[in-house]
Amino acid sequence: MIEVEGLTKYYGPSRAIENVTFSVNRGEVLGFLGPNGSGKTTTMRILTCFMPATRGSVRVAGHDVFRNPLEVKKNIGYLPENVPLYTDMTVRGFLNFFAEIKGVEKGTRKARIDEVMANCGVEDVGDKLISKLSKGYRQRVGLAQALLNNPPVLILDEPTTGLDPRQIIEIRELIRRLSGEKTVILCTHILPEVEMLCGRVLIINEGTVVAEDTPENLTTGLQRSHRIHLQVEGPAAEVAASLEEVPGVLRVKQSSPPSSGPHSYDLEVDKSDEARKALARMIVNRGWGLLEMRTIDLSLEDVFVKLVTTENGG
Amino acid sequence: MRNFLPIFKKELASYFTSPIAYIVYCMFLIIVGYLFYSGISFFSILSFQSLNNPNLAQGLNVTEGVFRPLYLNMGVILLLMMPLLTMRLFAEEKKSGTIELLLTNPIRDVEVLLGKYAACMAVYLVMLLLTALFPAFTTLVGSPEAGPILSSYLGLLLLGASFIAIGTLVSSLTENQIIAAAVTFGILLLLWVISWSASFAGPTWGTLLLHLSATEHFQNFAKGVVDTQDVIYYLNLSVFCLFLTLRSLESKRWRG
Ligand SMILES: Nc1ncnc2c1ncn2[C@@H]1O[C@H](COP(=O)(O)OP(=O)(O)OP(=O)(O)O)[C@@H](O)[C@H]1O
Ligand SMILES: [Mg+2]
Repeated sequence: MIEVEGLTKYYGPSRAIENVTFSVNRGEVLGFLGPNGSGKTTTMRILTCFMPATRGSVRVAGHDVFRNPLEVKKNIGYLPENVPLYTDMTVRGFLNFFAEIKGVEKGTRKARIDEVMANCGVEDVGDKLISKLSKGYRQRVGLAQALLNNPPVLILDEPTTGLDPRQIIEIRELIRRLSGEKTVILCTHILPEVEMLCGRVLIINEGTVVAEDTPENLTTGLQRSHRIHLQVEGPAAEVAASLEEVPGVLRVKQSSPPSSGPHSYDLEVDKSDEARKALARMIVNRGWGLLEMRTIDLSLEDVFVKLVTTENGG
Repeated sequence: MRNFLPIFKKELASYFTSPIAYIVYCMFLIIVGYLFYSGISFFSILSFQSLNNPNLAQGLNVTEGVFRPLYLNMGVILLLMMPLLTMRLFAEEKKSGTIELLLTNPIRDVEVLLGKYAACMAVYLVMLLLTALFPAFTTLVGSPEAGPILSSYLGLLLLGASFIAIGTLVSSLTENQIIAAAVTFGILLLLWVISWSASFAGPTWGTLLLHLSATEHFQNFAKGVVDTQDVIYYLNLSVFCLFLTLRSLESKRWRG
């Protein structure tokens, strides 16, 4: 549905993105992750024909953004970052204006506007001036605008920033409902959101793509080792020493000792299951009490920080 | 051009919801009304004096005596007022970021440009129509000639069209409305006074300066003469500025 190839953009002499390549299939939700200033908004602006790239090509629904911008724009619903709206219009007037521009038939226009207003939860502020709306409601009006002509592609640049938790959940629900039927690109810094909503994640840093995979693969596949949390009843120093001797264990860190009760240890072991089996056997053989053993999954956040910081260091 | 109408309606509405149109109408009519009043008063004093002095009466004509200076002065007042109408056209949208929303919708740059331009022209047209009250009022008490008055209005229409085109261009180059207004005013004023040095600028430069001057071309209309050369000057200026605006919209996007 969306094919991006070798996209590069310079603002004057400074580079915003370099050689960004990815594609999104029909019905897929792609999470576009990156720290501040990494080029997310820049990429989205190129995809939506707001500005052209310095190099590279983008095709949306089979149309090239440079040659056929009008067709591309018909296929995209875009919610820009910071949600700029005409604040001197009423919500209904605003939606009516964009429905007209998006070519929603006059006969069905009113019904369609009512429908998106209900979908986005703005039906009770229809006659209010946009300047009088709270941030959350403005966000919803922006989203309603993007949905007006029922476009196959949705591009949302940080749709949930500045919302209260309840509104965040509502917007996420809405996006979840839309996914499957629509192709969505979701730009965000909020990692749980990506884990919740996106089938695939693309991480961009300093203008280049540093990782692209499903959230699960990113969190497991990128790890070279497992982290294991152990709780063992026994003499702390001796236990720690013995743990280190088990083959496959790379590192042992004793958690800060609890005021009472058994000690905890965080271990880093290689990926094979052998190490874990050996650990359990050893502890049982020594007659200590194995109270807990679980693997700790790296969160997407850890992966994100890891990728982004190594990139920064290098 | 399917999207011309929605843009036009939206722009026109925002001239009246932000009360800028009302304010400009008010100021303009007050100033023009005052000039009309003082013109008429002076004219009536002259008329009374001419009762005793037949020589004076010969040159006395309400069109020449009241309306020609009035329309020439209106041109000058437009220099001051027009930047207020044009400054917001693009600068405001760029400042608030709504230009991103607008241009990522299925719409052509040229539709946006012409919609905005036409809305500003409509606001200006209404303003001109309101000033037609003054000659209409005069027909109750005297008999002004229709010809020079109509040609003056044609001149003002063309003059305004070119002023608005200049203002639109400037507004598309900045995101600060004050800068847009100030620069537009500067350019209009320069176009107005550029002919003043024509008399000592040498034959080639002199003709060129006269030709560039917005005043010189308006003089004929105020006299009641419609010369195609003058019409073409204003149309040229308008089209040229609108063309540059279109380019500026595109290049803005190239540079980001
Ligand atoms: N109009 C512009 N002119 C010049 N440089 C720009 C412009 N817009 C963005 N940049 C630069 O391009 C880079 C990428 O910016 P971009 O806005 O795409 O980042 P982002 O990933 O959206 O960040 P954020 O998470 O803060 O929204 C930044 O270094 C920024 O300074
Ligand atoms: Mg951004």
